[in-house]
Amino acid sequence: MSAVLLAAATSNPPPPASPGPLQNPSAGSTGQLPTLHLPHVEYHFLLPFLILAGGALGLLLVSSLVRPTWRRGLYATWTATAGVAAAVWTWHLWGQVVGHGEVPHPGPVSAVAGALAVDGFSLFITITVCAGLVLGAVLAESYLPREDLDGPEYYVLAMLSASGAVLMGSANDLIIVFLGLEILSLPLYVLAAFHRHRARSGEAGMKYFVLGAFSSAFFLYGIAFVYGATGTTSLAGISTFLANHVLPSNAVLLAGVALLIVGLGFKVAAVPFQWWTPDVYQGAPTPATGFMAAVAKTAGFAALLRIMLSAFPSQAENWRPIIWVLAAVTMVVGSVIALVQNDVKRILAYSSIAHAGYILLGLEAATVTGTIAHDGLAGSSFYLIAYTFMIVGTFAVATVVGGDGDRRHRIEDYRGLGARRPVLALCFTVLLLSQAGIPFTTGFVAKFNEISEVIGREHAPDYVLGVIAMLAAAIGVAFYLRIVLAMYQSPVEDVPAPDGNGGGVAVLSRTRVGIPVSIAAVIGVSVAFTVAFGIYPDPLVHFAERATLLF
Amino acid sequence: MTTSFPLLTVITLLPLGAAIVTALIPKRRLELVKLVAVGGAVATAALCAYLAYDFATGTAAFQFQTNHLWISSFGISWHLGVDGISLFLVLLCGLLFPLSMVGPTIHGDQKSYLIWMLVLETGCIGSFLSLDLFLFFLFFELTLVPMYFIIAGWGYENRAYASTKFFLFTFAASAVMLVGMIALVLLHADANGGKVTFDLLALTSGNPIGYTASVLIFLSFALAFGVKVPLFPVHTWLPDAHTEAPTGGSVILAGVLLKLGTYGLVRFGIFLFPQAAKDWAPLLLVLAVIGMTYGALVATMQRDLKRLVAYSSVAHLGFIVLGLFALTSQGLSGGVLQMVNHGLSTGALFLLVGMIYERRHTRQISELNGLQRVAPWLAGIFTVVMMSSIGVPGLNGFVGEFLVLVGTFITHRWYAVVGATGVILAALYLLWAYQRVFHGEPTGDNVTMPDIGWRDRWVLVPLLAAIVFLGVYPKPVLDRVQPSVNAVLAHVHDVTGYHQPAVATAPPK
Repeated sequence: MSAVLLAAATSNPPPPASPGPLQNPSAGSTGQLPTLHLPHVEYHFLLPFLILAGGALGLLLVSSLVRPTWRRGLYATWTATAGVAAAVWTWHLWGQVVGHGEVPHPGPVSAVAGALAVDGFSLFITITVCAGLVLGAVLAESYLPREDLDGPEYYVLAMLSASGAVLMGSANDLIIVFLGLEILSLPLYVLAAFHRHRARSGEAGMKYFVLGAFSSAFFLYGIAFVYGATGTTSLAGISTFLANHVLPSNAVLLAGVALLIVGLGFKVAAVPFQWWTPDVYQGAPTPATGFMAAVAKTAGFAALLRIMLSAFPSQAENWRPIIWVLAAVTMVVGSVIALVQNDVKRILAYSSIAHAGYILLGLEAATVTGTIAHDGLAGSSFYLIAYTFMIVGTFAVATVVGGDGDRRHRIEDYRGLGARRPVLALCFTVLLLSQAGIPFTTGFVAKFNEISEVIGREHAPDYVLGVIAMLAAAIGVAFYLRIVLAMYQSPVEDVPAPDGNGGGVAVLSRTRVGIPVSIAAVIGVSVAFTVAFGIYPDPLVHFAERATLLF
Repeated sequence: MTTSFPLLTVITLLPLGAAIVTALIPKRRLELVKLVAVGGAVATAALCAYLAYDFATGTAAFQFQTNHLWISSFGISWHLGVDGISLFLVLLCGLLFPLSMVGPTIHGDQKSYLIWMLVLETGCIGSFLSLDLFLFFLFFELTLVPMYFIIAGWGYENRAYASTKFFLFTFAASAVMLVGMIALVLLHADANGGKVTFDLLALTSGNPIGYTASVLIFLSFALAFGVKVPLFPVHTWLPDAHTEAPTGGSVILAGVLLKLGTYGLVRFGIFLFPQAAKDWAPLLLVLAVIGMTYGALVATMQRDLKRLVAYSSVAHLGFIVLGLFALTSQGLSGGVLQMVNHGLSTGALFLLVGMIYERRHTRQISELNGLQRVAPWLAGIFTVVMMSSIGVPGLNGFVGEFLVLVGTFITHRWYAVVGATGVILAALYLLWAYQRVFHGEPTGDNVTMPDIGWRDRWVLVPLLAAIVFLGVYPKPVLDRVQPSVNAVLAHVHDVTGYHQPAVATAPPK
């Protein structure tokens, strides 16, 4: 850590953990230097991003060199290795920035001339994204050959997308956020359209692309407004500017903030920007849906949380009501519409919309006092990592049940699963109940955490929001239970046993669903994570609590 | 009274452990599956019996406490303890679960049924023993999942509808309670130096939270428990769930799960919010009285024997709530005793109705007649259980109802008058049903109905024994319930300055 650190500018005293002399970039970089001033690049902070992006390019190269017979399993192994390597390095950085245990550590820093934040939150998001990538890659390993889609491209796109997500999680400048957003989104559009044998997949990709492009435009326009109001795109610079200046009118600034919320609201599928979600989730290849659901949501929320809390804490009184409404509407609409769906992937799409609402609760509850964003941030972080494992595991089950052609996603197709594949059905039950927020799962802890943070603000509207959240959760239980119930019904029409006491789990065996080892591993890891940290959440809660933002 | 052996933890987790072991045994080894599952339940019952034996009489303190910090970030502990109020409910669990596992014939997958039953037992016992609000909530919610699967998997024709309705009603109400719970904990932390704790004993001491907040939170708790009990306007899930559930599920639902509501009203309503509970008692009393009358009247009109018993539960549970919120020593003791009584008598009634159904494949009262002639054992036992449910002196129901009426009469005279009417109505619907089903000459299929065998008789014997014992000699129970009940009332007195009027000095109005 001998590098000269350009820590984020802040009007407040630096946190005691911050090292070294602080330099205000907005003061230094606006000087009229005739020569191009190249920032010092701290490559070791960039390494997780580089591993993922480089891994993608490396895989393209390697895959064209190795013999075809070796290719089986190579791509997924390569991708998973890259993901694990990035996560391991991130964990190492965590030791430097946040510290493992009580070992002294230098504290959070900003890197590359203030463009990137290397703080607990960015590392937390990186690890979450890597987890999503590894699970998503392993999930695709058997799916792609089954659907006759095998090739390195899927994995390359996934890695690129994950690298964009990592960038979004650590971007400390609106331009970098936009860069990450595009690196994340473009591969996702292709992934959504990846199942070339199904028209729906192409439709999903197209729809995602068009609406995604819109949202990017909104976001970019928002950046322009904010730049117009503050004269900088650096999050720290914006915050400093707003702390030191009184704007004659904050209309332009608020318009910019609103547009940023709209742009990222699309990405995280918050109501009313959720229209693309069900179609894309349904049409995209199921493993891609799982990956997209986990990684895009994580990255979108990472950016949203950081931008709001890092750049606009002074405007909290203006954006908090917006977030309140967004969260309430998202939770309720997502849950209610999911009730009337008959396609499991669509149900899961609406449930992921509802999840977005719960994660927004964390932002609503987050307060910034001095230099610390507390309360809500940890809740949202916890929710994101819990959600990543839940959702990839859930879509892993959907991948298995979907069968050849990735078609069997109606609720009826799940009937009898409990009798044919009891362990698979049990795992799916656990994952769905976790999403529903039943105790002893991470899903419950996550919801509990969010809601207690909202209530902890102890304002009347926040109590109302807490009640809305719990009622939405209750509605949510209904549609998760529909799927669970279907699994434990007999596959054909429900014929009561002769004595009228129906054999609810009568065995009427149809085609037995085959479970490849790789998918079994994904499901196993997800369920183990969900249950283990549901029963003993302390380590994960502390992990999330230490994922704080740099100021 | 603290022993080094973590008895309560073992009692709580033993069924769960048995469930896990059972799950690992292959389905074709059905005998072994049954042995392990029922063995687990019986062992739990034995430990419950030991708990009752080792329980110190004459003290109100929580005994056998275990307290381990569990989730330090939220101030949540694994805190278990038992007092006179929870002791007999735990015993009831220990008694009813093995019976409902071996008693009724299970159609379908027996292994899964036994596993869910064991998980449910952990949930129920855990709820009664938890002294940490969060822990209680976890167990309280945990009971929903197995019960849902038991109804949905092994129930009758309309089971999908009934199970979902059951789940949604209780889950939605407890969702509101969770918000109240978190608010209580955070407000309490604010009032007491910022230390967040979910511990019941810590929350009842220290500076109280504001009055308005406590009323709102009390109402959110009352809503959750009211749905569970169920109180009058939110009782509609119960007839469906009871009717569609398999016999064993109905026994547990009526015998144990409904008691979670009434128990919660005492432990987490009156004890936690004395002032709010005292001020809002009239609301609950009115709902209780409506529930008693309404439940009894609707029960009279039922054509389905099981639905009749289900509605009788609405009436009986109203009676219990009446006793609890009379806020007198007699009323509370009677309410607690009546919780146990209702578990015994209604559990037995559901078992008996299930036995009739197994033999006749109908529960329609109009299709049954003259069963006394062909099934004297069944009829005889049914008579005793019915008398207990009506509250005939000499059987357990009388003691509880009498105490409730006395306790209510002291503070709320007219409620007691209406309550006594409910007792008469109970006699009406049960005796009338008995007359139609058992009296007369058997016709049609009823002629060939076999009587119950030795296995069924043995299942009913423990219940009958308890019914008679509690009716003749309730003192051992009351000796243990009374101190805890008085402690609750003393706590109400400390906080609100409310005095229970003495019986002799109750001023006539």
